[in-house]
Formats: sequence, C-alpha cells, structure tokens
Amino acid sequence: MPQLSRIVITGVGLTAPNGNSLAEFRSNLLAGIAGVEFLEVRHMGMQPAGVCHFDPLKHQKRKEARVGTRAGSISIYCAREALADSGLDFAAFPKDRVGIYIGCTEHGNVETENEVHALSKFNNDVKFWSHYHNPRTVANNPAGETSLNLGVTGPAYTIGAACAAGNLGVIHAAQMLRLGEVDFALCGGVSESIGTFGIFAGFKSQGALASHPDPKKASRPFDLARNGIVVSEGGCLYALERLGDAQARGAKIHAEIAGYCVNSDASDYVLPNPERQAECMRKAIASAGMSPGDIHIVNTHATATPLGDIQECQAMAAVFGEGCPGTWINNTKSFIGHAMGAAGALELAGNLPSFDDLTVHPTINVDNLDPKCALPGLVLNRPRKADRVDAMLNNSFGMLGINSALIVKRFVP
Amino acid sequence: MTQDQCKKAVLAIIADIAPDEDLSDVKSDVRLRDQFELDSMDFLDIVMELRKRHGIEVPEADYGQLASLDSCAEYLTPKFNALEARR
Repeated sequence: MPQLSRIVITGVGLTAPNGNSLAEFRSNLLAGIAGVEFLEVRHMGMQPAGVCHFDPLKHQKRKEARVGTRAGSISIYCAREALADSGLDFAAFPKDRVGIYIGCTEHGNVETENEVHALSKFNNDVKFWSHYHNPRTVANNPAGETSLNLGVTGPAYTIGAACAAGNLGVIHAAQMLRLGEVDFALCGGVSESIGTFGIFAGFKSQGALASHPDPKKASRPFDLARNGIVVSEGGCLYALERLGDAQARGAKIHAEIAGYCVNSDASDYVLPNPERQAECMRKAIASAGMSPGDIHIVNTHATATPLGDIQECQAMAAVFGEGCPGTWINNTKSFIGHAMGAAGALELAGNLPSFDDLTVHPTINVDNLDPKCALPGLVLNRPRKADRVDAMLNNSFGMLGINSALIVKRFVP
Repeated sequence: MTQDQCKKAVLAIIADIAPDEDLSDVKSDVRLRDQFELDSMDFLDIVMELRKRHGIEVPEADYGQLASLDSCAEYLTPKFNALEARR
C-alpha cells in the first residue's frame, strides 16, 4: 500500500452557543463561560438550549437566508470563516477541486415541522404546502446551499452519522484528499436541531432531556445530579489540505490528522456499548502509530445522560487503564450542550489552541463528581496547564451505535 | 380595486420574496425578471402569496400573465374585484 499523504488543518470556521470564532469560543472555554439559555420550544414551553448568535447576513444575501435553511446559513457562515482563516486565494482556486463534506445528525425535521404547523393554519389544504419543502429537506441541503454560496462545483454532500457526524465529516474529507478526489476540503458538522420540537420531545420521552432552573448549569456531564441532554445548534467546518499543498502556499497549519476509527456497536438502537467504544479508541490510537500515553487530551463525548456518561468512562478506563500521567480528560458539552452533528467538530476546535497555550479547558458544572465517572486526569471546573500537548483524541458517538474517534497532533514538519 | 392598488399588492409580495432588491424605481411595462433577480421558484412564491394573502388562484396556464407589473394588473385586478364583489 503506498504511503498515505499527510493531511493538515489550515482553517477553522465556527459558530457555537458561546462564540462565533475560534478565538471567542476558546476564550469562553478557558473563562468557564457557558452558552446555554432558555428557548421557547413549540408544544414544550421554555427549555434549556444552545443558541448561536452569529450574523447570517455577514455571508448571505437576505433572499438566500429566507429561501434556505438554518443549517444552510450555519454551514455557509462556517465555510466562509474557515476559508478566510485558511488564507487561500479562493477566487483563483479551481472550484471543481474543492470538496464540501458536512456531517449532520439529522436534516429536514425543522422544515417539515414548520411546514406542517403552517399548513394547519390553512385547514391542512396541501395547496398551501411550500414549493421549497423538498430543496429545504433533502439530506444534502446544508452542503448544497454552501456550494451555491461559494460557487463550488466539486463534490458537496452531507454525511449522516447521528452525533458522530462532526468527526466523520473531517475523516471523510481526509480520505477524499488522500484519494486525490479533491485538492481542498471544507468539512466538519452542523446542527439546526433546536428548531425541531421532535428532538426535544424524543429525548424527553427517553428520559434523557436536561432540566435545571439555571440554563447555564443544565448541561452537567459527570456530575451526580446530571439529568440529560441540552439540545444545541452550531457548526464547525475546517479547511483541510494535503501537507504538500499547504506548505507550497505557505499556509498556517493548526494541526495534523494523525489517525481515526469509525465502528459500529451492532447491539442497540440507543444504548451505547462501552466495549465497542473502547475498541474504536484503541484502533484510532493504533492507526496514529501511538500508545494511549501519547494522547495528552481526550475530549469526551459524554452528553450528561445518567447511563451514557458512565459507559463512556468504562470505555476510557479500559483504554487508558489507571490513567496515563500526562493524559487529561475534558468535556465541551458542559459549556454548550449537545450540538448534535456539529458536536465532534466543535469540540475538537475548542481544544486545538492547547497545542499553543498548553492549557486544557475544563469540564464545568461538576459540583459533585459521580464516583462512577471519576477518571484519573479529569479536568474539572478550572483549566489546567499541561506539561505537553502533542496529540488529542476526540470522541463522538451516536445513535444506532456509530462510534468515532479522531486524533490530531501538533504539526511538526 | 384599481390597477394601481393591484400593482402595490404585487409589489408588497415582491418586497418580501426578494428583500435584497431596490423596488423604488420599478418599470411597470418591463418584465420583472429583466429588472430583478427572480427565478422560477420566486414566481411560484408570488403565486403562493396571492393565494395565502388574497385568496386568488392563478392556474399554471396563466403564469405568463405575471411577467410584468402591467400584465399583473391587467390579469389580477378583475380577480381582486370579483372576490370583493362576492364578499
């Protein structure tokens, strides 16, 4: 097998409930500032949710924003910001050599619910059903809207992978770059899920929806009093390139893709499987040519469900044993809730600056650590300095038993 | 309803479906498509909004009647007035 090209991250564009740029997001993660607020959800009243406050009109015409979807607006914002960060001369770049790969947990629920609700005002007469329903709800919508906005004529599609989708967007882009299918990729994940009551109601029916009088404390992975998921929107797209291309144009390099694994539990629709999660992490570490002790930050997937957090901790203990002295563990959902398809990509981005500042952002809202989640190396409530940050592993798991672990490392030429 | 009032009703719809356009100097005898960035989906928007806001139906065979403001007024004013007469 020929040696694989090295793939590097050369740009980051994001919107999170607590920041609309990597700098703002990182600053709030280090300052302990959460971004969850109360949101009026159809049929359900006020619920804690992660709401983004970026300006869609920074990169879209008003008509584009009106005709398109929230997921489309988030994707376009993130793609344009990533492009700007990459410093690529995009006007001169061949647009048929650009790929757009966007992970989504789901798409179309928001638009369908809105349309059904609007139709009920017209006595359910389908002649009032919008002609935009199909283009808004096709599964490739966010990627397609981004290709329209950027004039990209290369492959642009979404990757459905439940809440592992953000990682999968990046992994898939790395694979396409290595295959030579494209020369520049915009990839990651997005979520517009706060616009659908069905997601909130579904988690509530499962006994997995968070509640708390203070929305900023509602997302509390690893805390004894955790009671479920805070649903969030958001997005994070990366510019990815082969190392040679990035170096040839003198690009700033944030990090290098070191290894990854995607596997499946094949055991339950919703319940996680710690054995398969551990296997996923081990295979990712092996694919990077590393040992567990070489990983200096592990960003957990933990969503603050009573059982899921314990199961991920079991998987972590199986991989990292009694703890690797230089391995620190954190969780970003404690700040922003669960950004669904965006989660993996956003959570990785929040940790990338650790390569430069050697600081690990904490897991906040842990007032009483659940003893079953008391992993060695957990960074709780305050950031901490690390002696070394050369590699980080990002866990993202999803329903129907899809697991992903993505490892990035400090770029060393 | 006069033809001018009908044109204003159509312009109010266009203002919503094409919010980036400057509608201060619309030429009523020139095709709307030649003055603004309007595609086939936008014309379906005009048809849908006429239905939702005013209860007016435009059969597909008559979509060509919506080409310019003048032709809209010619075609739609009798429909507005017929509806008014039934109320």
